[in-house]
Amino acid sequence: MSVIADVVIAALLLLGAGFALIGSWGLVRLPSTMERLHGPTKATTLGLGALLLASVAYFQTRLGIWTAHELLISLFLFITAPISANMIAKVHLHRVRIGAISEPDSIAGPPPRPDGEGDWATFEAPRRDNPASTANS
Amino acid sequence: MIGIALHIAAGCIALALLLNGWRLWRGPALGDRIVALDTMVINAIALIVLIGMIGGNDTYFEAALLLAMVGFVSTIAYCKFILRGDIVE
Repeated sequence: MSVIADVVIAALLLLGAGFALIGSWGLVRLPSTMERLHGPTKATTLGLGALLLASVAYFQTRLGIWTAHELLISLFLFITAPISANMIAKVHLHRVRIGAISEPDSIAGPPPRPDGEGDWATFEAPRRDNPASTANS
Repeated sequence: MIGIALHIAAGCIALALLLNGWRLWRGPALGDRIVALDTMVINAIALIVLIGMIGGNDTYFEAALLLAMVGFVSTIAYCKFILRGDIVE
């Protein structure tokens, strides 16, 4: 029983560390920014999930401590990783060029100005057809 | 066996941090640098968890949880600042 637990924990550790390393290697190796987003956001998050599972099993079998913090961390990371990836992709698409010559122009131009007398979506009262609208047209 | 696996995993995470640092140094676009910083935070969480397992101390997970939250918020704040020129609109 203990040997099986040891093998499982060691395998999860090596799997998690290997996935984290693959994610960072993809961050270095892949050719363009949008492709470089794939490595860290998927492989590294998965690797950290495996490491945290190994940690839960380790503390359960070795010290007899039941800890749920790790599951909390992995849940939080699995929720937040797509959000930060989406924000970074938006930055890459909409970034305005400010002076640096070596940096390429953004693909989609600056983010759109709010129309007419409108302000940013967080200030604006929700109407139909503005970004703060919650009406399902 | 677990001790060897723990040290191999710590070495892999350290190598991953070095690769992220290279991308942070080189990164042609600003998006690359933000991705590298975000990945460095995630790898630092992994390293903290590994150190907690090596030391047999489960107090480190508080630090890992806090670092996960702060890393996410800082990534979003950085992105919002670049997109809008303002963090809290």
